Order: sequence, then structure tokens, then C-alpha cells
Amino acid sequence: MRELLSGNEAVARGAFEVGVRLAVAYPGTPSTEILETLADKFPSIYSQWSPNEKVAYEVGIGASIGGARTLVAMKHVGLNVAADPYMTHAYTGVNGGFVIISCDDPEMHSSQNEQDNRYFARFGQIPMLEPSDSQEAKDMLVNAYELSETFDTPVMLRLTTRISHSKGIVDLGQVVEGPDKKFVKDPSKYVMVPSHARKRHVIVEERIKKTAEFSESSPLNYVEDNGSDFGIITSGIAYQYAKEVAPDLDYFKIGMSYPLPMRKLAEFVKAHKQVLVVEELEPFFEDQLKAYGLKVEGKKYFGLQGELSPHRVAKGLKEAGFIDETIEASIAQEQGMFPRPPVLCPGCPHRGAFMALKKLKVTVTGDIGCYTLGVMEPLNALDTCICMGASIGNAIGMEKVGGSDKGTVAVIGDSTFLHSGITGILDAVYNNSNVTIIILDNRTTAMTGGQQHPATGLTLMGEQAGKIDIPDIVRALGVKRVFDLDPYDYDATLNLIKQELDANEPSVIITSRPCVLMPKRIMAEPFVVDLELCNGCSACFKISCPAILASSETNKHGHPKAEIDPTICTGCTLCTQVCAPEAIILKSQFVKV
Amino acid sequence: MSKNYNILIVGVGGQGVLLASEIISAVAMASDLDVKKSEVHGMSQRGGIVSSHIKIGPKVFSPTIGYGQADILISFEKAEGLRAVDWLKEDGTAIISTTSLVPAIVTSSKEFNYPENPIEKIKERCKNTISVSGDTIAGELGNPRLVNTILIGVLSNCLPFAKQIWVDTIGAKVKERFVELNLKAFDRGRALSHSAVEV
Repeated sequence: MRELLSGNEAVARGAFEVGVRLAVAYPGTPSTEILETLADKFPSIYSQWSPNEKVAYEVGIGASIGGARTLVAMKHVGLNVAADPYMTHAYTGVNGGFVIISCDDPEMHSSQNEQDNRYFARFGQIPMLEPSDSQEAKDMLVNAYELSETFDTPVMLRLTTRISHSKGIVDLGQVVEGPDKKFVKDPSKYVMVPSHARKRHVIVEERIKKTAEFSESSPLNYVEDNGSDFGIITSGIAYQYAKEVAPDLDYFKIGMSYPLPMRKLAEFVKAHKQVLVVEELEPFFEDQLKAYGLKVEGKKYFGLQGELSPHRVAKGLKEAGFIDETIEASIAQEQGMFPRPPVLCPGCPHRGAFMALKKLKVTVTGDIGCYTLGVMEPLNALDTCICMGASIGNAIGMEKVGGSDKGTVAVIGDSTFLHSGITGILDAVYNNSNVTIIILDNRTTAMTGGQQHPATGLTLMGEQAGKIDIPDIVRALGVKRVFDLDPYDYDATLNLIKQELDANEPSVIITSRPCVLMPKRIMAEPFVVDLELCNGCSACFKISCPAILASSETNKHGHPKAEIDPTICTGCTLCTQVCAPEAIILKSQFVKV
Repeated sequence: MSKNYNILIVGVGGQGVLLASEIISAVAMASDLDVKKSEVHGMSQRGGIVSSHIKIGPKVFSPTIGYGQADILISFEKAEGLRAVDWLKEDGTAIISTTSLVPAIVTSSKEFNYPENPIEKIKERCKNTISVSGDTIAGELGNPRLVNTILIGVLSNCLPFAKQIWVDTIGAKVKERFVELNLKAFDRGRALSHSAVEV
């Protein structure tokens, strides 16, 4: 059987084949589809969303100690959140095999940084495998469980966006049964008090030496000998790019990226006139090879930032004298073109809040989610975005030093609030902050495609769940000024935020409109523009709604009048509330004279 | 098929780029070829640019296409077609819908302009440009969301796959109640490109 699968779907398939019993994650691009596929296609595996990556990782540790083959998945920055359990889990080792999938995002297609998580494997001293296509993503997951159980260690499977989201043909394998294990009491292994942990650290260092020996002989690392004087050491997606532009060079394809097979690599380097390391982001291999005394180059030709591409690899190879020809496409057209940044959807409930915040000219500390798009012109109503949950702490700090004359407002989504905003509010209450916090509650994890969370009432596997009440949590944290707000009511939004900026204690405003896309599309009757009434003032353009377009008619100054795309207008009414000449009317009430 | 085909599809979030690339990849796979495709999810779905790279042939390495390496460019929006024209090979084919979607950033600022006559500019770079009145045909068929299938119909004449494979794949990939309409859209596109190519 063969199927066209994305890297993420292939990982899910691999989990099924290798007998994983528990899979856990918090959604995050580009990792989200791993758990979604498991829940959708392989319901025999118990899978769940946790409120954040730290909890997810800890649930995973429990399952592994309990004897099950366990999968934990997250985006690269998710592992920062889970770093605390991760680093000590490296000491305890496993019972049932444990694989942590790290999906990195070079180029930051949907991320706030492009950290290279291969360093995390080295930091924790655990083995790491790095697939270069969907087939390998599935096969290496199976290898990872063997490694995990053989060497009693968590194993990292590191994917990048292009592996996670590219599709390729996968030969499906047989389903095997995982070992039938139960918890075995062993405090010296699982209770990391100093006296135990000191002994475990010795084991960690011995273990990484053993896995380095495994790496030397493992077929996961192999040489492609094409009789060339020029050699390339590469892994992951970079291997595919290099093969595409220079198929006839010699290759050392690394599948086990940590620990590296140094002796085997040294042999390869010495057997070639010149060797280049082609790797995305940091010089993870290059630095280790140079520290080992090997003569290699890499970053000099390929750069440290962003994704590689066939084009970038070809350019670097040519510069290094490895190939003669590259295709130098003229990149002329893109210059001077207008940008088309992602924007808040028509009818997005976040829009009303950002319109009001912009009007009030307050400082807005932001967070991770769709509402980060509030930074885009013409809204331009966001001043910070650091990491999940940071908006609240940022606002408290800003307010404590009087950094903003007009006041500071934190905005955070519902899923992000549950992920790591709760402790921020605790801080605001405890330290007598008078910040205003807006929880933009659209009742889903929208940016990643509409996943369930603890306040939606459903689990990943579609079961009914206890539904957390966000206002109740906020009150329980000690906030007295808690407000419910309809963000489609512009004046009410403006007035409430203005009122709470003056309060001398923390306030939390919770907006209460669901996402218009998920879980179901919300459409009311669309509006139209009466071009005879429209004066071309452009106030409606400034609310940044994709449904509002420039019509071909202009006012006396030559500015375009507006028109509305009726196929995407959701009838949210926000544009009608900023239209002074009242030219925007319901479609059914528009009578053309 | 002895050579590789590199197909780049571009459009704006919501225009059905990803469904189109699913259909094209499945057709190639049904024809026993190696296939890889790549696209980026996440931010791009919020009205931003969506692109999908599809590579078909005896053996495919990179899932993405390099600059100047696309055999065929399909664009569901004409300015996006212009933006992506650098990806085309010199002798490549461009299939461009005359659809225009002007974003708020252009309507609300004086800094940016929507290009004038983008299709003419594409033609300056690419002799084999097929311009398709996607919106008009979709309107005639009664559903504005059919532009992607119409363009797939045009594409089907540029690739060496039997019509039946396209029909079967559309039947399998599109929601059941929309299959008939999509097959009509496919036929309209397929009929169009015969004449368009010959001209």
C-alpha cells in the first residue's frame, strides 16, 4: 500500500505501526496535524490536547513510566515551554519508548523565532533523528522507539516545516505490537532528588557514548559514493535540495543527527578533496566537525537565516566551486509589488477590539494567535509579541515603570490564556497592578486551524469534556473587575476599555463572539455600499476588512469609494458603525433608484 | 513521462489552492509517478498569499521548486500570477485567471498600487500565457468558488494524463454534492485551453 502523506501524517502513521498507546500535544504550526491525524485516522491510539506543552510533556512522561510507547509533539518554541520536564526526563530515561517530535519552523512561516532545536538534543544529551521526506518520517519514528527502549532514553525526531507540510509517497508498513509493560517501582530512576540525580547524570553521559557508537554503525547514516572529489555532508530537507541541484557529487546523508558518527564522518572528509556541510539554520554539524579537527566549510556559503532552497543551495555550491552552473533567474517582478499580508478575516471578532485600541492610542502588549495580525497596517494596533502568555507580564512591567503615557492594555486569546496567561493574571493581582487585560475569547484555537481546548467542552477525540469557564477562573484568581463585552459593538468596546484604563486595580474584559470560521462558518446577511451616499472618506478601509474593496467610482478628490464583496461579508456591522454618511446598508434594504 | 514537471499554483487564502494541488498530485500518483508537493499552512490562510509547489516525475528530490524552474504556473489571481512569474522557466506556460483581489493595504494607503495590466506584463515574460476569465465562467456556472477547477481543466491539456483519471480524481476529492458542478467547471476549462493553446 502506498499513500501520499505529509510528514506529519506519516509520523501519525508510524505511531500506529509501532504501537504507540498515548499521544499528547498542544497545537502549534507546523506540528498540529500529527495529533489531528492520529485522532482522525487512528482512534485506537489515545490522543489528547493538553493546555500547554509542559503539561503535554509531563503527561507523556507519566505514560512512558507507566509502560506505554508514547509520542509527544510540539512546535520548536513549544519545547521551550516543556524544557523543564524535558531536561530532567533525559536523566530518568523511559519505561515504554518515548519520542518527542520537535517541528521547527525555519523562515518563520508561522512563528516568532527560528531557533534550531537540534541544540536541544545536545543540551539534553539525547539521541535525535532527522528525516528528509515523508517516508523517512514514518520509518525513523519506528527506529526512534527501538532506540528509546534499547538505550533507555527519550529520543527526539526533528522535523522542519518543509518536512511536516510537504507530501510525498509513503510505502506503508506492517503494524507491530509494542511491548506489554507496566510501571515498575524504581525511585532511584524516577525520583530526581540530588542523590539519585547525581547517579543518573553519570548514566546519561555513558548512554550518549553508547548511542554515539550506535550512530557509527547505523544505516541511518550512509554514504552515497558517486566517485566525486567533492563531498557534501547534509541532513533533512537540505539533503533533498542538494540532491536536486547536484545529484552527482558524493554525499554523507545524516539520519541520526545526534550524536554524530564522528569516525565515519572523518573518513568521508579525508577521502575527499573538499567537503561542504549543507544544513539549514545554525552550524550544528559544522561546529562539531570543526571541533573534531575536520576541514569542512558550510555556513560561509549557505548563510544562517531562513530556509534553504534549491536556489540557495545551488548558489552556495557554485560559489564554493562544487558546481559550474546555476540558474540565475532574474528576480525583477517582485520588486515594487504591493504586499499581501495575512489579515483578520471578514467578521473576525478581534477587529472591534483593535479598532477601539487604535482609537485610544494606548500601548498594546500582544500575544500569540490570530490577533497578532492586529499589528498589520492599517490597524497597526499592537506593540509587543514575544511568546505564549507574555502579553500580561509585559503589560505589568510596562505599567510599573510608567512606560506608556496613555496606559497599557494586554490582549490574549482564550487558548493562549489557558496555555500560560493564568499565572500572568495571578501576578497582576498579587502585585497590585492596574493593567487592563482583554481576553479575546473566540472559543477555539483559531490560528492553528480550530482545535479544541479546556473551555470548548470537547476533547481532541471528540468526547464531551468538562468546560472551563474563563470568567470564573479570572474571578477565582482574585480579579474583581471582570466584564463581558460584545466586540461587534464598537461604542461599547471603546467606552469599556476607556473606563477600565482609569481603574486602580487589574481589570479583565472578556470578548464574547465566536470565531467566524471555526468550528462552523458564521454568515449573516451581507451589507452593500450605496455609492450615491458613499463620500470616499476611507474610514471603512481603515478597519482592514478583506470584504471591503475599492470600487471603480471615486469622490471629487479622486479617492475611491467603497464596495463590499457579498460572498465574504459576514454582516458583522462594524463597518456600518464607522461610516459617517451611513452609506453601508443591508443588502435586502438597498433599493436602487 | 521521462521528464519532471514542476507546477506552481498561487492564489489568495480561500481560493482553493490546496484542493487544486491535492487533485493534481493525486492524478500524478494514480499514474504511477513519483510526486512531492509542498505548501505552507498557518498565517497564509488569513487572506495572505497561498502557494503550492507540485513536482511530478520518475524521481523527485526537493518538494519545492527553485526560481526559474517551474514548467507551469497557475494563478487564481492575476497580480499574484505576476508576482510568481520569476519561478517560470523561459519556455514555461502560465495559466492565469483574470480575477483581481485588491487587499486593504492597497485601498487604504497611497504607498502601494495594484499593478496595471498584470497579464500583459506576464506575457512579456512568458510567451505561453493562457489568460482565463475564471470569474465569468464560474459566474455562468453559478458558483464563484469554481475558478480553481476551471483552471485545472485548462492545465489538464498541458499534462500527459488521460481525462478519465482527472474525472475520477475530482470525483474522489470534492465533496459529493459539488462533484457534478466541479466536473462541469473542469470541462469548461479543458475546452477553453484547446482553443487558447492553438491561438
